[in-house]
Amino acid sequence: MNGIIVYSELEETALRLLTKGRELASELDKPLSVALLGDLAGCQTDTYFAHGATQAYIGDDPALTHFQARTYASALAQAVAQAEADIILIGSTRRGRELAPRLAQKLSAGCITDAIGLTCQDDRLVVERRALGGNTVSTKVITSPQQVVAVMPKLYDPEPGTAGGNEVIPVSLDLEQTTTRVQEQRSKKAGVANLEEAEILVGVGRGLNDKDDLSMIQSLVDSMGGMLGCTRPISHEDHWLPEDQMIGLSGKESSPQLYLAIGVSGQIQHTVGIMNAKVIVAINNDKNAPIFKIADYGIVGDLYQVVPKLIDRLQRELGR
Amino acid sequence: MNIIVCMKQVIDLEQIRIKPTTREPVVEGLPLLFGDFEKCALEEAVRIKETQGGKVTVLAVGSPKLKDTIKEALAIGADEAIILTDSIFQDSDAMGSARALGKSIEKIGEYDLILLGDSSADEYSGEIPPRIAELLDLPQVGFVRELELLSDDSQAATARKIRVVRDLEDALEMVELDLPAVVGVTSELNSPRLAPLSAILKAGRKPLHEWSPEDIGVTADDVGANASVVETLSNLAPIQDRKGILYEDVEEGVAEVVKALQQEGVLTQ
Repeated sequence: MNGIIVYSELEETALRLLTKGRELASELDKPLSVALLGDLAGCQTDTYFAHGATQAYIGDDPALTHFQARTYASALAQAVAQAEADIILIGSTRRGRELAPRLAQKLSAGCITDAIGLTCQDDRLVVERRALGGNTVSTKVITSPQQVVAVMPKLYDPEPGTAGGNEVIPVSLDLEQTTTRVQEQRSKKAGVANLEEAEILVGVGRGLNDKDDLSMIQSLVDSMGGMLGCTRPISHEDHWLPEDQMIGLSGKESSPQLYLAIGVSGQIQHTVGIMNAKVIVAINNDKNAPIFKIADYGIVGDLYQVVPKLIDRLQRELGR
Repeated sequence: MNIIVCMKQVIDLEQIRIKPTTREPVVEGLPLLFGDFEKCALEEAVRIKETQGGKVTVLAVGSPKLKDTIKEALAIGADEAIILTDSIFQDSDAMGSARALGKSIEKIGEYDLILLGDSSADEYSGEIPPRIAELLDLPQVGFVRELELLSDDSQAATARKIRVVRDLEDALEMVELDLPAVVGVTSELNSPRLAPLSAILKAGRKPLHEWSPEDIGVTADDVGANASVVETLSNLAPIQDRKGILYEDVEEGVAEVVKALQQEGVLTQ
């Protein structure tokens, strides 16, 4: 067994993983391939080859019509066996997070999900992921003969390189009939704000007293030309903002130039989403709020006093 | 309907301190509790039992402190608890923990549904539900935010199917599963009840079993540090180099912060 194989149900994520995979393949001296299952089996393979795949393992079956971890893990295991791959890189989307551990268990392999860093050290793949609820980053290696790593879907930028090859290899799949039936898919309204790409991000938390007060916060966001996000209680408990505007663990992660936290206490599950911000500013009436420990600048005060003054000041300074 | 709920005790993550010199987390002596997702899994199981009858068994692997921690689950409404606290289980990786739980579930034998938190509060790896499902050769579904029992035959005492809503990035997916199945839930599923004091007092009288490695047929080759295939090289808080300038006067704060942000060049678009 010697090879890296990439799988994601999202083409874009697969291309990102192939881009990183090229580097790993060259350092570890392994061939790089991609698995295209279900709907993806009918797609153009050129773009995968252009991003560094030498082979594309292609398999389709009626059982793959809808994503089910059990069926997809079987299918991917068969592609992995045919490719004789020992490193399996999967996009850590929600589907990927269900798939990767199931595949790993099938292969009696170790697994790491939500990887935020991949490097090679002493011919080993070294993987970083968050631990202890986001308080720490742990650095791990998998010691089983095969390793399954689910990588955060947007961690690496996709870049075409020298084409690896153009070999299309069909996988004849042998799959059990699924006992789960997807009856309906209700598409979520596409998020208005793409928080991952915000340069200026404002986050609002439980310090806000009323949903109507969001208009005040939005004025501030507009005066800065930023985007609005929130903590989990605001989106998932109060439902004041759409769930895709939640910042933090199991929500959005962002690396903005500026993160401005308003009425956010600063629980680690939230702050883990903005740790990479260049500058962090916090407004909170509790001097001891944990958010001040990770802030560059903090204003201790009632947000209902601070925010209007801040809007006023910004408008004067920026002429907006 | 017989439901097994797998739970994991985790340290209170809000209380973790970081040693400033080494960036190591200080976790010793912190209180242990159950994560939100797991409490929702238990709450759902207890609600199903209250309407359908049957039995709720909680199952957990962890340190001997589980003997205390697990009482909260019994107080909330589980009928029985099985805990795996032998030192052989300590420092298991996800595969080892899944094996210990999977073998225990096989020994319990009669079950219709296995409910878990989709991911634990501390590691958030989401590995246990898929691994258990694979070990038991069962269907699995994760990120479940709604769950409904289905019965084709109104005479049937026990539902043989469930319908769930799975919360994916791009869509909500309605999925029907034949039971038994493994279901990982998120905190949108319900609002877990707090255990009333009287129930906490009575929880000590409910059956609590400690199963040994022999009871479930595993050895140090299957679980624990020796069987682990994931090695942690380090576990440190990320380097945080923040200025930490705090203004307690609002007027001054607003003026100074805007000035600083202009100097930092982060306001220009």
